Amino acid sequence: MAGSGTAVRLRDVRRQFGDVRAVDGVGLEIEDGEFFSMLGPSGSGKTTCLRLVAGFDQPSSGGVELFGRPMAGVPPWERDVNTVFQDYALFPHMSVAENVAYGLRVKGVARAERQARVGAALDMVRLPGVAERRPSQLSGGQRQRVALARALVNRPRVLLLDEPLGALDLKLRQEMQAELKALQQRLGITFLYVTHDQEEALAMSDRLAVLSHGRVDQVGTPAEVYERPATAFVAGFVGASNLIEGELARALTGASAGFTIRPEKIGLLPPAAAAPPASCVAEGRVASATYHGAFTRYVVEVDGALLVVVEQNRDAPQGELAAWRGQPVRLAWPRALNQPLSGP
Amino acid sequence: MTARVAGFFYRRPRLGLLALLSLPLAWLGLVYLGSVAALLLQSFFRLDDFTGLVVRRLSLDTWRSLLQPANLDIARRTLVMAALVTLADALLALPVAYYMARYASGRIRALLAVAILLPLWSSYLVRVYAWKLILAREGVLNWTLERLGLEGLLQVVLGLPGIGGPSLSVSPLGTFIAFVYVWLPYMVLPIQAALERVPRSLLEASSDLGAPPRVTFVRVVLPLALPGVVAGSIFTFSLTLGDFIVPGTLGNSSFFIGQAVLAHQGTAGNLPLAAAFTAIPMAIMGVYLIVARRLGAFDAL
Repeated sequence: MAGSGTAVRLRDVRRQFGDVRAVDGVGLEIEDGEFFSMLGPSGSGKTTCLRLVAGFDQPSSGGVELFGRPMAGVPPWERDVNTVFQDYALFPHMSVAENVAYGLRVKGVARAERQARVGAALDMVRLPGVAERRPSQLSGGQRQRVALARALVNRPRVLLLDEPLGALDLKLRQEMQAELKALQQRLGITFLYVTHDQEEALAMSDRLAVLSHGRVDQVGTPAEVYERPATAFVAGFVGASNLIEGELARALTGASAGFTIRPEKIGLLPPAAAAPPASCVAEGRVASATYHGAFTRYVVEVDGALLVVVEQNRDAPQGELAAWRGQPVRLAWPRALNQPLSGP
Repeated sequence: MTARVAGFFYRRPRLGLLALLSLPLAWLGLVYLGSVAALLLQSFFRLDDFTGLVVRRLSLDTWRSLLQPANLDIARRTLVMAALVTLADALLALPVAYYMARYASGRIRALLAVAILLPLWSSYLVRVYAWKLILAREGVLNWTLERLGLEGLLQVVLGLPGIGGPSLSVSPLGTFIAFVYVWLPYMVLPIQAALERVPRSLLEASSDLGAPPRVTFVRVVLPLALPGVVAGSIFTFSLTLGDFIVPGTLGNSSFFIGQAVLAHQGTAGNLPLAAAFTAIPMAIMGVYLIVARRLGAFDAL
């Protein structure tokens, strides 16, 4: 699966629109054959980075390289990448087959080969039998697949995807996530995937970069980013996190340095039980308990701070949740899971 | 009181609709379609050459006289002019509309929109006479060409049969220039509307798939602008077909359909033949509109 060398390299890339620094010094190296995600809230600069790689926009400073070749001054139509657009950008005046064939046609691929490759591409995205339809006659999910086939039929070395699943409903989105991931592993081409959905990024990526305000906060595997968030922003944006600072931090760890701890790492101790060794133990009162089906979410007040605790519902819930309110509880979690804050 | 009236119509939605539409529909049905029907009926009467009176008995005599070579010549001349004017307007309007829809921002776009609309707020007659002054032998254009030493070129153009004449202001070429000018806004606006509905991502997708700008223009921009071009051409084509002011002011003595209708119903008093003449542009535009609808032109209006 993994190829060799760097597919995409961003060298201290900046892009300024007037006074707005959309991309403010991004450096990234994306390996050949990798599924790489750029994760961030809207306005974090992730789509701008993608557009710089595609060539729709030029960096104000810094440079983009594809397979070691600098892309300064290289227009989009001469770059060996293809894009799946957020709004799909299918040509409304062409049939599905004409849409998929477009890239081959403008490159002068002969008709017979064109037809064979278009058919294969539509099969690959599991869309047989719609070749003669217009994009307007397709559902959102089908259009998504056409957009994918239209890009992949050109056999790009890097596929750029700009929130491709953003417009689909939850069920379809989860299906497509699995399908995209399987497709990427089968084809072995580099996917550069832009999303604001942290679950999607965690579930699909080999590695991901978390962006905020035009900068990269952290790059790593999903587990690294989730378990060892480098900044408070990453801890809060990728999954939920309890931020513990000041007096409470001193009381729990003996040091005043702040740290974060994931809600699902914290356990509710039974009244008489002793905490395991090397644990942080806190006493508080339940402010609220909410049933979420697979898990129950508790908000516990500890010394004026509110901590979120998530417990898996392995058994059917016992009694009324409302009875938890105001109950004194003891919280415990392994000290080693405390994640010290390094960044802002 | 008003609340009670509103409640009355709320409970009877059909009655409300009827109240809204009856007056405009009556206007359209009676006054417009009625007069068209009366016009067509008139074409089946005939003029008695001896008495000069209209004989109100149905016959095909008038239609037979419409098919005389001289009349067919008028129809052909008008059609060719309308087609050429439409083509020239489309070629002139496309780059302007494309620039406005794609590149012009804020102030420049507003400025261009005003520049295109402003002439429509002044009288069409004034603008046609202005062209008469520009194109006349003693006019601004001649004067400029003389200063540039290009009057020889103008003489060559004016010498061309079918196009030229004694001066630009009394030649088919002059008529053409004025027509192209007066109908140009009607072509720019629908093309701009059509192009504005083309999202930028479509053009990016085309370039992303390997198409240089020239190919993107031919394969993506032009096909998506086509409904706008057809919508604009409905204006330029039909307005040229019926016009009698421009050829009357700037043309030579050869008639256009509009002039023929004017002459027959006025000085000649041959109302039936004038009515039959009007059927030609109506028939042409009928076919044209059906084709235009097929091409989706009405979505761009």
